[in-house]
Amino acid sequence: MIPDPSWPPGPLRFLAPLLRATVIFMADGVQVAASDEAILVARLRQGEASAFEELVRGHAPPMLAVCRRLLRNHEQDAQDALQDAFVSVFKAIGSFEGGARLSTWLHRIAVNAALMKLRAKRRRPERGIEDLLPRFGEDGHYLEPPAPWDDRVEAAETRAIVREAIDRLPEGYRTALLLRDIEELSNEQAAEVLGITPNALKIRVHRAHQALRTLLDGRFREAHQ
Amino acid sequence: MTCSEFTEFLDAYLAGDISPAERDEFKRHLAACKQCVDYLATYERTVKLGKDAFEEPGCDVADKVPEDLVKAILAARNRK
Repeated sequence: MIPDPSWPPGPLRFLAPLLRATVIFMADGVQVAASDEAILVARLRQGEASAFEELVRGHAPPMLAVCRRLLRNHEQDAQDALQDAFVSVFKAIGSFEGGARLSTWLHRIAVNAALMKLRAKRRRPERGIEDLLPRFGEDGHYLEPPAPWDDRVEAAETRAIVREAIDRLPEGYRTALLLRDIEELSNEQAAEVLGITPNALKIRVHRAHQALRTLLDGRFREAHQ
Repeated sequence: MTCSEFTEFLDAYLAGDISPAERDEFKRHLAACKQCVDYLATYERTVKLGKDAFEEPGCDVADKVPEDLVKAILAARNRK
């Protein structure tokens, strides 16, 4: 049963989410988060202005983080994509079926909005990835033999190095890697978003891993010596 | 199996996306090839480093959304 969204009235209205969550917590233990979400969706469908504000304030930060990652931290583009995402959310909230988590649905919309922005900005033909893949002689052996990496690079420094290397990947490979490894879409979901087959997606992610390894190899092998 | 073939199907190998016979062939190659052992180790570390690269505080959910942007989004909803 969905509680009456107009209760409590007047100045105590700001307590409504807390009170509802408490009631549900008492009734059903750990189901608080999911139940809160169902109530929020019901209030959104009823067009309650405070529910939209709650939605935006609560879910915009992770959605903006997605847009920033996919749009290489170009802040204006990320903010534009977030606005586009919420326009889509406001239009489609009536058709949200509740089968998936609200946060999952919003994440997917943010991914799509960021990719639309990325496609709109892509003017130059995509750079190839071949130079970053391992090279082999006719006998199938490495032309540049692999070597172990140093473990001593500080975590924060390493993350910055890796983010910078990811940003150097050709766009299609970078996007595939981010969708699968960072945004945690399945092969099928990432393939659908990019308009390619799941098999092509797997190949693209593998190439991205190989290229990223090549880019990091220089940094970590140097530190080893 | 050559080193070239090893690297080509490495992702499938790590994902368990190959047959038991192919897996045995991978293992035989690894037992005999130090360079592919190093390649595998650095490849796996690359995948993990990639996944961890954005987990730093300040570059994920902790990111603040500018108040102007929140207001613009809510205003867009009111114009709908």
